[in-house]
Amino acid sequence: MVEKTEQLPNGNVHTLSLLVENKPAVLQRIAGLFARRGYNIESLAVGPTERPEYSRMTVVVRLTQKPVELVVRQLEKLIPVIEVRELAPADKLERELVLIKIKTPEKNHSELRAIAETYEAQIVDVSPDALMIEATGTAAKLDALEERLAVFGITELCRSGAIALERGFKTLAPPHLK
Amino acid sequence: MPKEKMTGARAVVRALELEGVDWLFGMPGGTILPIYDALYESKKLKHVLIRHEQVGGHAAEGYAHATGKVGVCMGTSGPGSTNLVTAIADAYMDSVPLVAITANVARPLIGTDAFQEADATGITMPVTKHNYLVTEVEDIPRVMKEAFYLARTGRPGPVHVDIPKDVLNMPLEFEYPDSVHIPGYMPAMKEEPRLADAATLVRSATRPVIYLGGGVRASDAFSEVFEFCELLGAPVVTTVHGKGAFPETHPSCLGMFGMHGSRYANYTIQDSDLIVALGARFDDRVTGKLSTFAPEAKVIHLDVDPAEISKLVTATVPLVGDLKKLLPRLTAEVRKTFEERGRPDLTAWWKRVSDWREKHPLRIKQDGEKHILPQTAVYRIWQKCDGKAIVTTGVGEHQMWAAQFWKVSAPRQFITSGGLGTMGFCLPSAIGIQLGRPGELVVGIDGDGSFQMTLQDLATAVDLKLPIKIFILNNLFLGMVRQWQELFYDNRFSETPLTDIPDLVKLAEAYSCLGLRARTLEELDGVIDRALAHKDGPCIVDIRVKQQEKVYPMVPAGAPLNDMIGGE
Repeated sequence: MVEKTEQLPNGNVHTLSLLVENKPAVLQRIAGLFARRGYNIESLAVGPTERPEYSRMTVVVRLTQKPVELVVRQLEKLIPVIEVRELAPADKLERELVLIKIKTPEKNHSELRAIAETYEAQIVDVSPDALMIEATGTAAKLDALEERLAVFGITELCRSGAIALERGFKTLAPPHLK
Repeated sequence: MPKEKMTGARAVVRALELEGVDWLFGMPGGTILPIYDALYESKKLKHVLIRHEQVGGHAAEGYAHATGKVGVCMGTSGPGSTNLVTAIADAYMDSVPLVAITANVARPLIGTDAFQEADATGITMPVTKHNYLVTEVEDIPRVMKEAFYLARTGRPGPVHVDIPKDVLNMPLEFEYPDSVHIPGYMPAMKEEPRLADAATLVRSATRPVIYLGGGVRASDAFSEVFEFCELLGAPVVTTVHGKGAFPETHPSCLGMFGMHGSRYANYTIQDSDLIVALGARFDDRVTGKLSTFAPEAKVIHLDVDPAEISKLVTATVPLVGDLKKLLPRLTAEVRKTFEERGRPDLTAWWKRVSDWREKHPLRIKQDGEKHILPQTAVYRIWQKCDGKAIVTTGVGEHQMWAAQFWKVSAPRQFITSGGLGTMGFCLPSAIGIQLGRPGELVVGIDGDGSFQMTLQDLATAVDLKLPIKIFILNNLFLGMVRQWQELFYDNRFSETPLTDIPDLVKLAEAYSCLGLRARTLEELDGVIDRALAHKDGPCIVDIRVKQQEKVYPMVPAGAPLNDMIGGE
């Protein structure tokens, strides 16, 4: 298992993919485990899967000292958790969605359109003194876009947190579900 | 089994009967009334009315420890369920199989801050193996089946089932499932256990030690562990929950190690070159300062819970599985290796261990001491019980003296609160043990502080005429805290002295049971004899012990394991 992904000053960032039962309070069980075992969640995205009885969670966690295997094993102990895997950087396809609202006079709009095009982003709402940009991509790409737009005055920003899947034929499900 | 129409409450009772429950512990209340009404008709279940839900939880734990079966406790919504939390957390830390059933307010009232409403499952989530809020009456049979299955299999633990009152009153077609289907539970191991690697480590070690924890009891692997220990011929050390996993009267057994372990046990593990940990989790109370723990030792760690492997101490060879099934395979592998390559010579190692044992035995310095020493009291009670009693304790100094001087030679004879360290455990636990093992002698070693946390349930023990004997080592202090204040807080005894009330003898009389007191050494033996001879209900013995006596040796919190105070 690859342990180190992006080396950051405050620890390493890992992407965990979880297949869980689609039942009440599952999110609470998982979030609670991270909190009480001392792991910092960077982002957490949860949604339905191809099977209605299961949900998939993508948790990006920042680890300072503890190895990622320990949190994986703790998660696997939770009864509603079917499977957990750390997605290695080389094998994962990771995407995030961002909505950015910028308060800026109309004269700047053409410049913003050009920037959006460079980042394959879309202008999704326009009013005389504001517009909203929607973009998807890796966290690094969205960071860069954010930085580029900062000078125009970002008034509101919302990121979805990463969702990710493994490349290739492998799936995250125990044998009896495959 | 044909389907049968009944209410949710009746279904709970039927499920308990089908799970083979005999005793259960609880107290009725507004929302759980339907279950108590159904219980009124049950011919199989025997309910113990406790005076506080925490006691019901600990009694169920004592019962489970002593019998190996799942303990069951119940409480109503709100305070009934919050009172159970301490016992549930205790069972979680000590891997005790427990099913806790609570009722909650009716579904339309949930979330409205109704009378006696508490988010019971939200509260118990971090201290249970799993919990359920049952919102559909049809789910009751499946949930009950799963609850008992989860509590007793794998690493045992508490499971909490919370059922709203209106669900208890609804009808269902009852059919108890034959099996469970929990897709996320105990997935098959991806790797074969590295038994050959483990056997090679055992063969090449010259200073091995076997470290036994509560997992031996949880797995009921006593004979398997005995065979393994006999084959290796290595020194055996245990945790407080490992007491009885291997006979402490056996020459290979060095007893408990850790913060209040003997010097020889701590020196042995610190100097070892191989630790074989069986059903143990390297708790801070046994390792001392982690970075200096057994610096030269390689580690074979066998445990049923993969999350315990390398959590604190890195395992050289991890073996994940149930001790009872996996250990005999390791024993066979080691035996094969010994036959092929010969046994390691442990003579020099045993010489060192024996020297430590001779030089630093656990001593009782009673000679010339006018007060009764607590260690003397424990030792005399142990002698007079001829090692045959089941002992249980509260939490504090008395617990550690009991752990040091009560030598356990058989499984399930030393029952205590280890992980959570819950004062007040002794009396409730004794109640559960005596009910689970009715013919046997049950002895409690308690402290005056600990006893006062749950003493109201003397009434329960009297109701049931349980011949439990609770010996209170009374030093009129919260003794363990006092010990830390003396050693580390410059004798500033902040809020640790306890007033000499209640009069324990009069208290016993008020509860219609026998109360005895020993103030001097001369009185001690006679009082123990009278207590042990008393068969008609409980007996409380107030033993006045030397106030300043401390538990030695002691590894200060955060110090290396071989850096001990006292007990030279």
